[in-house]
Amino acid sequence: MDRPLILHVAVLLGLTALAVGAAPAAEPEPDRQKALVHMVRQDCGSCHGMRLAGGLGPALLPARLTDLPDEFLVATILYGRPGTAMPGWQRFMNEAEAGWIVARLKEGFPPLATGH
Amino acid sequence: MRLAPLLSTLALALSACATTPPEALRGTGDLGVVIERAAGRMQVIEHSHNTSLGTVDGLGDLSHAHVAFSRDGRYAFVFGRDGGLTKVDLLTRKIAKRVIQAGNSIGGSVSQDGRLVVAQNYEPGGIKAFDADTLELLADVPAEYAPGKFSRVVGLADVPGQRFVYALFDANEIRVTDFSNPRQPVTTRYPAGKQPYDGLVTPDGRYFLAGLFGEDGVSLLDLWKPAGGATRILSGYGKGEEKLPVFKMPHLRGWSLAAGQAWLPAIGRHEVLVADARSWQETGRVPVKGQPVFVMARPDGRQIWVNFAFPDNEWVQVIDTVEKRVVHTFSPGKAVLHLEFTPRGEEVWISSRDSNRVTVVDTATFATRKELPVDAPSGIFFTSRGQRIGF
Ligand code: HEC
Repeated sequence: MDRPLILHVAVLLGLTALAVGAAPAAEPEPDRQKALVHMVRQDCGSCHGMRLAGGLGPALLPARLTDLPDEFLVATILYGRPGTAMPGWQRFMNEAEAGWIVARLKEGFPPLATGH
Repeated sequence: MRLAPLLSTLALALSACATTPPEALRGTGDLGVVIERAAGRMQVIEHSHNTSLGTVDGLGDLSHAHVAFSRDGRYAFVFGRDGGLTKVDLLTRKIAKRVIQAGNSIGGSVSQDGRLVVAQNYEPGGIKAFDADTLELLADVPAEYAPGKFSRVVGLADVPGQRFVYALFDANEIRVTDFSNPRQPVTTRYPAGKQPYDGLVTPDGRYFLAGLFGEDGVSLLDLWKPAGGATRILSGYGKGEEKLPVFKMPHLRGWSLAAGQAWLPAIGRHEVLVADARSWQETGRVPVKGQPVFVMARPDGRQIWVNFAFPDNEWVQVIDTVEKRVVHTFSPGKAVLHLEFTPRGEEVWISSRDSNRVTVVDTATFATRKELPVDAPSGIFFTSRGQRIGF
């Protein structure tokens, strides 16, 4: 998989602009956290795998993500990566929520709530 | 009343019970499995009376799980995301054999003669052939497209002549591997369109179609005249318009052919594309509710059932293939992931992941016949697939 580097740089630059002046992100409410965990495991999971070990999209496990800047990952989630199969999710979450997801991904993503 | 003969008959019946496990005394033509993805488990069901017979555990990571069947309909070959290949006995509901054959797998298929199980893998990119009885590895066919570079494999389908056709997502190619000599497979390569995301063969095994993500169109290989190479059909169906985001990739299989037409999901458009299955010219489009994922013909071809990617995934639509329009729209539950028709199509089973149920729907009246509780169901697979080319 060759990645268009120029595009990444462009996204990074755009994001730096966006990140500047952003207040420290508030934690999403507990119910919203649950919904985000569900979304990542189930809907992001259709490409990244439910266990986030990779599929059509790369693995989203801590070992792979630690060295990548938060803003870069947040931008990827919100705006996608044109020319690849990664779509943008800004219709379904805001920047703080994407930031919360990135932080959780980097430390090991929480499991799905059990007990249906 | 003469008691003795009665007693001896009874004794005989009892001893028969003692030696023949009851599960051996049923057919398998109406069996199937429903994947409970998050739990790494599946339910074994029967569709004569629409009941669950039990569960089988310990199947590993079942995201994107795929299931193929032995030709006797007794065993399910379950391909897990984690590279697990598990052979499950549907009658005893026990694991007969399990191997970890790759790091990341998305499915597989059984050969024409039923003796080989072939897995398609993302990591390491390629396909592998196993003995269907023992799961012994017979051949490893890496999808190498440049020195040291291996592509993720998609769309694997069995075709006559012990061959398997598949596409290379990272290398824009279709490949055909012939396992007539299982330990010495022979592979032929055909350049194809950009980023094939899945593939299908027509029910006669003649045409392989690879849906393309990287461009608007479908690559077509005529396996009866392969020298002509892969051609492009439905080119430029997006008319240069901006694609809508695709939150889930569509899935293709030989269920796309109906009423002399191929019915295919458009990528990045809320449409089902229709092409004549002889000339492969576009003959129409049907606007639908979202990005189609499964576009499945009822076995008689009179209807096409469609489900959708997030965020429209609570809906199912039914297209009439004569009128080429949607005739029914409904929501069987939240996050509809898959559909499977009974072999002759009078009913369809639909999984709703976030409603934790499978709904059995009458395809003539659209009435709900039954709801079965299932923990976050994804794929539904019936043993009748074992008798079809390209499943
Ligand atoms: C339709 C498939 C698909 C879905 C659904 C999807 N992704 Fe992706 N994602 C990809 C692909 C493909 C890439 C790799 C893009 C590239 O080649 O640069 C990717 C890349 C990423 C990356 C960057 C990883 C890296 O190593 O650079 C992150 C983070 C990510 N996705 C998060 C998510 C999240 C969070 C969701 C759900 C909200 C999601 N993705 C849903 C396909 C998908």
